[in-house]
Amino acid sequence: MPAGTLYRGREGMWSWVAHRVTGVLIFFFLFAHVLDTALVRVSPEAYDSVIATYKVWLVNLMEYGLVAAILFHALNGLRVVAVDFWAKGPKYQKQMLWTVVGIWVVLMGGAFYPVLQHTLRTWFGG
Amino acid sequence: MSIETKDLVVPSLQAHTGQGLGTGNPAEAFVVEPARARTKKTPRRTRTNFEMLAWLFMRLSGVVLVVLVLGHLLINLMLDGGVSKISFAFVAGRWASPFWQMWDLLMLWLAMLHGSNGMRTVINDYAEKDATRLWLKGLLGVATVFTVVLGTLVIFTFDPNI
Repeated sequence: MPAGTLYRGREGMWSWVAHRVTGVLIFFFLFAHVLDTALVRVSPEAYDSVIATYKVWLVNLMEYGLVAAILFHALNGLRVVAVDFWAKGPKYQKQMLWTVVGIWVVLMGGAFYPVLQHTLRTWFGG
Repeated sequence: MSIETKDLVVPSLQAHTGQGLGTGNPAEAFVVEPARARTKKTPRRTRTNFEMLAWLFMRLSGVVLVVLVLGHLLINLMLDGGVSKISFAFVAGRWASPFWQMWDLLMLWLAMLHGSNGMRTVINDYAEKDATRLWLKGLLGVATVFTVVLGTLVIFTFDPNI
């Protein structure tokens, strides 16, 4: 890699990059989500038809991705708060990042069926 | 008269600068120009602590949003059939309760302001031209106000018998 393309690398920079990317993605989804929810003021049919989009398998999979982005942003955000307000936060920022990643992996495993159950039941019955 | 070689020897800190030989004081190599020198247009002091308050708001709203948003995801996207159950009737049932109305209202306001302030930071970081920054932040402000007002009206004027 050519010199000068990395700031400092490692846990600190990459968690900052991931926090920023997930934040921007969540913001754009939020904008769309308020607009689709606003259809409840148009008619029940209009709202139910846009909600049908949320039940398409590909969109359902994207919802799992949304949960992944929000969970990382939430857990890492708590780490940022700890770094800023806890005296030993900066010292343990790396350990806290790997704790965040560990909790994230466990929760994403736990969220797999609950989030994707609509698609899974459509495909495999039950 | 010829210049003797020993007169051209410079400290190693200075040697690479290409700025001439300077005063010969090695400490000069560490003098850095201020990133933002004061000009005639620079205010004597800022009127408010806006950036500090924005920084604090991100942390306080973030902690509250962890509870509000993860609760929202759990109820709407995971429990009781996941996304299968979402419909107009489901929304009508939730918003029959002032508790969930307030939950969603607070979540809307905090999430939009938190997200909007985050986007402001991103724009400030990457849009280098003054005009580009101004336009992007203007657009962001309009979109934010529009979304917050629309969402608030939807929550308060919801009619289950529409």
